[in-house]
Amino acid sequence: MKFDTPATTNPIDRMKVVGQPIDRIDGRLKTTGQAPYAYEQNDAVRDPAYGYVIGAAIAKGRITGMDLRAARAAPGVLAIVTAENAGPLGKGDMNTARLLGGPEVDHYHQAIAVVVAETFEQARDAAQRVRVDYAPAGGAFDLAAARDTAKEVDQSASSVGDFEGAFAAAAVQLDATYTTPDQSHAMMEPHASIAAWQGDRLVVWTSNQMINWSAGDLAKTLKLPKEKVRLISPFIGGGFGGKLFLRSDAVMAALGSRAAKRPVKVALQRPLMMNNTTHRPATIQRIRIGAAPDGRIGAIAHESWSGDLPGGGPETAVDQTRLLYAGANRLTQLRLAVLDLPEGNAMRAPGEAPGLMALEIAMDEMAEKLGMDPVQFRIVNDTQVDPNDPDRPFSQRQLVKCLQLGAERFGWDQRNPRPGQSRQGRWLTGMGMASAFRNNLVMKSAARLRLDSRGEVTVETDMTDIGTGSYTIIAQTAAEMMGVPIDKVTVRLGDSSFPVSAGSGGQWGANSSTAGVYAACMKLREAVARKLGFNSADAVFAEGQVRSGNRGATLAEAAGPDGIVVEDILEYGDLSKRFQQSTFGAHFVEVAVDAATGEARVRRMLAVCAAGRILNPKTARSQVIGAMTMGVGAALMEELALDKRRGFFVNHDLAGYEVPVHADIPHQEVIFLDEADPISSPMKAKGVGELGLCGVGAAIANAIHNATGVRVRDYPITLDKYLDRLPEAV
Amino acid sequence: MKPFTYERAASPAEAAAAAARMPGAKFIAGGTNLLDLMKLQIEAPAHLIDVNGLALDRIEPTPEGGLRVGALVRNTDLAADERIRRDYGVLSRALLAGASGQLRNKATTAGNLLQRTRCPYFYDTDQPCNKRQPGSGCAAIGGFSRQLAVIGHSEACIATHPSDMAVAMRALDAAVETVKPDGTARSIPIAEFHRLPGDTPQIETVLEQGELITAVVLPPPSGGRHFYRKVRDRASYAFALVSVAAVVQRDGTGRVALGGVAHKPWRVEAAEAELPRGASPAMQAILADARPTRENAFKVTLAERALSAVLAEARG
Repeated sequence: MKFDTPATTNPIDRMKVVGQPIDRIDGRLKTTGQAPYAYEQNDAVRDPAYGYVIGAAIAKGRITGMDLRAARAAPGVLAIVTAENAGPLGKGDMNTARLLGGPEVDHYHQAIAVVVAETFEQARDAAQRVRVDYAPAGGAFDLAAARDTAKEVDQSASSVGDFEGAFAAAAVQLDATYTTPDQSHAMMEPHASIAAWQGDRLVVWTSNQMINWSAGDLAKTLKLPKEKVRLISPFIGGGFGGKLFLRSDAVMAALGSRAAKRPVKVALQRPLMMNNTTHRPATIQRIRIGAAPDGRIGAIAHESWSGDLPGGGPETAVDQTRLLYAGANRLTQLRLAVLDLPEGNAMRAPGEAPGLMALEIAMDEMAEKLGMDPVQFRIVNDTQVDPNDPDRPFSQRQLVKCLQLGAERFGWDQRNPRPGQSRQGRWLTGMGMASAFRNNLVMKSAARLRLDSRGEVTVETDMTDIGTGSYTIIAQTAAEMMGVPIDKVTVRLGDSSFPVSAGSGGQWGANSSTAGVYAACMKLREAVARKLGFNSADAVFAEGQVRSGNRGATLAEAAGPDGIVVEDILEYGDLSKRFQQSTFGAHFVEVAVDAATGEARVRRMLAVCAAGRILNPKTARSQVIGAMTMGVGAALMEELALDKRRGFFVNHDLAGYEVPVHADIPHQEVIFLDEADPISSPMKAKGVGELGLCGVGAAIANAIHNATGVRVRDYPITLDKYLDRLPEAV
Repeated sequence: MKPFTYERAASPAEAAAAAARMPGAKFIAGGTNLLDLMKLQIEAPAHLIDVNGLALDRIEPTPEGGLRVGALVRNTDLAADERIRRDYGVLSRALLAGASGQLRNKATTAGNLLQRTRCPYFYDTDQPCNKRQPGSGCAAIGGFSRQLAVIGHSEACIATHPSDMAVAMRALDAAVETVKPDGTARSIPIAEFHRLPGDTPQIETVLEQGELITAVVLPPPSGGRHFYRKVRDRASYAFALVSVAAVVQRDGTGRVALGGVAHKPWRVEAAEAELPRGASPAMQAILADARPTRENAFKVTLAERALSAVLAEARG
């Protein structure tokens, strides 16, 4: 099915199942421990051996010798795979550095060997007996130091009007630089895989967000035809972008299994994860805004510097600034430096998350300079068209409503606009807000449906559920479309033998994958109608029945003993060229800062989201409160601490890399505006899982400023950065 | 993890004797720190002596009017003990500020004192660390030092002691009771129990090979108001940037020990004479010899501000 004209009325609009706050259909499996995660596929393979990954102990250089003798002689050892004995390997399209390094080392903790043994403990013990000699080489590790070497990223520049002239002439100006740190996905489940060879075919049970990308890259890495590789990933314990791509766990398991001639399990050891896998790269962002005294922005510029390995990419931190606010004169630019750090790549809301952390402080600073309320300043600068191309409207844009409703619900009028004035006992209190913005991406997505003789529907697609609720919303979609109760729908996900879906990333998964199921359901409805001799245009599917005029049949009867199987894909036309599709929101936060110690604690949070049709308010809310929690981490604590001499992230475990704990997360409220976007897809839905993160960090930063009067432009906002600037204790 | 042998000790003296007899032996109680370190092969004992069965899990009054806390009293139980809560509030609060409920259920009084540093370079076996591998150097000095020591450190080591409980015990003038392999007992004032790193940061306490902690003795209650102020980046489950254990009397005199600043709980008794004059002169005296790094210089300011808040609360 091609989606190239706006959606009209369709069966989803009934909203009998879709749009309802249905409990996760996989919830019972998860809470009773029956949902097997990658490392727990104990029924899938017999007698697996265990792999333990050795990471490079230097950031850059060369391995001059590996002494494997003691490890080979250790109890239980079956095989040790290194670059020397792994055979020729290719490289996937999505990873920058090789997933098995050696003799050249590209980054710290790059995998250089896997030790396979009968038990995990034996593999670990043997791995610790491997002796590696290195010839370290110098490298570039510090973005600030490498800033001047950064090159302009092709096609990242965007210019409208005369920014420099308009900025110079603006009555009120801001020119400020912000920094965001390297961040780690730090998901609960580590990257893990079990690999088993069946002749020349390879099956890998893994934890991966994008089955099709990763099956292809695993085949490329192992120099196999893609059809020889099967990836199975039904349950995923968090990804946040860290599992978008093939990573070393799957490669090491496959190579270890080939060498040991046994199925092999590999889970990346937690202390390896921060440097071995990808991370969100640090940024330096310069923002300039010029406005008239009435608050109208006449000039806005956003430039961002980030670094990555040779051949890597930038953090696209300026994208939202092209679209979020009006202004006739605009400039955005990305620059990329070569850094010899671990590989940078996507983490939840790549681009917008760090970009808004900077932009939305800048907006707060501008509002202050203008003497305007920060909510009002944003409302004044709303635009209903793409500022770069005024003929191109937003498909839906309810930013102003989000801001107004949020301000009203949060009690924004209780905020003292003068910073550092509100005190409750030992606490300085303040409120802050920020706009939320994240583009709505759509990706083609396919699904296969089977209607069986009991009238039950089975959906198969390689879509993944990374904790987001994909199982449930896909079941809701099929139930709505086919007119059956949700318990008559079975959803099977995360298998490369299923039709290729959009996968989970970029908050495109929910809308795109259900749209693919929608397309397959339309095809199934036609097949059912045809089989019954009904006119599919007026056939009504409800309560397990199909009716057309005064004729009717059950779905079971329609399916017959052989059932009906269909497959379809939803592909997109040029609607996203003709319309700008984005999601919007507003975050409001109240913080308290200890007047003595500077400890900042969030007291309450509100998010208002305008993100198209909400397919399931319960799972969507879970997504948003999880994202808000991640925003608290980004604002207050998350930072991969870089050793600039040795070129690695030092705090590479969950004790050192702090993310919020329960005590950090107070009352959270989420409001979804009633919205349906017919430009987006037949589902009229959009993404929301990343929107919930976008802007949170800045809202907290702005609240801390409101509480203390101190402006910190360097994330995370830890107390050491403002302790000596706190107001004098009374 | 290296293979190791294991035994359950029958008595404290036998445990100590066994530990002296077996090269590379270690005691294990709660295991909350030791097992993690064994998995990383930072600790690689050849033999474990399980002391959990020893009857060292009681809190009993002493003839002097204090309390003897058995080495195996779990952190949770110690924090919840009515006498501790009433008479040694600083200790109860310090315990509850540490770790998580699950860890406190396992962690013991003696084990808490013997926790090893959380310096990230100590934990990374691909980095040099004089504490982990004597003579290999210290990667932390000149590296990521935000959470490391500001005082009492050496050219060999900049690590801090991670315990909250020990800071409170330092303020309370507790004493550590032990039994040696020859069966003799001794009592070590907590002030002398932990060492500064010097040239031998791998030696963290004055315990001799095989010497087993049997109890921690708290002196009779000192009265006063008890505070434990732990400052950290997140609200729970994090090690202190700085912590202040304080017992403050009505007349403004008192005791102060600091956590998160040194290789051991940091207390300077002579500086406490300054307490009635306020946090600033007191902290200047307590941290007079501080040599912070650029990244952790804030701890000096933070310690003073935290003490100031404690003294204000004590007055109020």
